[in-house]
Amino acid sequence: MPIDPSLVGRSFPPTRPYTVTEERLREFAAATGTAYDGGPAPATFPIVVAFEAMNAFLEAEQVELSRIVHGEQRFRYQRPIEAGDVLTATLTVSSLRQIGGNDILGTTSELRDAGGVLVCETSATLVHRGAA
Amino acid sequence: MSTALTTGASLPARTYAVRRADLVRYAGASGDLNPIHWSERIATGVGLPGVIAHGMYTMALAARAVAEWTDGAEVVELGCKFTQPVVVPDDDTGVDVVVAGTVKDVADGLVTITLEVTCAGRKVLGAPKAVVRA
Repeated sequence: MPIDPSLVGRSFPPTRPYTVTEERLREFAAATGTAYDGGPAPATFPIVVAFEAMNAFLEAEQVELSRIVHGEQRFRYQRPIEAGDVLTATLTVSSLRQIGGNDILGTTSELRDAGGVLVCETSATLVHRGAA
Repeated sequence: MSTALTTGASLPARTYAVRRADLVRYAGASGDLNPIHWSERIATGVGLPGVIAHGMYTMALAARAVAEWTDGAEVVELGCKFTQPVVVPDDDTGVDVVVAGTVKDVADGLVTITLEVTCAGRKVLGAPKAVVRA
């Protein structure tokens, strides 16, 4: 099922607040082969919150996750994430192209802290593989 | 131990083994439960060559190399394209992902590092790049 082109420009509601704990950071660091020493989060950690926003979006649009392949990911950080941060992600659909039966979906997500201050902007290109 | 971050410096390549168990662990830690990263049946069913690593797992390994080279310098920008899948076999050795880097630019307290991330000699990330404060 192709993705609805009228989604472009639409922003989805912020994700529920995600509390960054030392345990979550330790678990993420260990899963990516590094040690968490109480300092800033690993650079790709914001994907955890951004992924929640993406998942909510895909579910709302009834897109099967197994048909999604990641095309591109970019992060721009205002400051490192640390334990104690309470983050929400707001996803906006920025572009949609159809190439060879696949939908190429561009999204941007803003991660903000409890005070509403921007912590990280991230953009993702998702390739929705059409049925063979 | 960090390497001198001067323009043109080649950063020592790091090799990281990726096994199925690493993908399962990453799925749990990241919340990305997409079955193409753990089910051969579903991965091949959607036309993939087999179970593939999360693109974000490969990107995390690239970020790990950057952190090792820079003694954990603050990252201000990180990005890449996912150009080739990293197929992870169901065995005890998995596959090796190799991360190499070059210091492209040092200016205004920011160090730009271009990366080359390969698996079996083939680039798997497109134009991977990190900018750190140093």
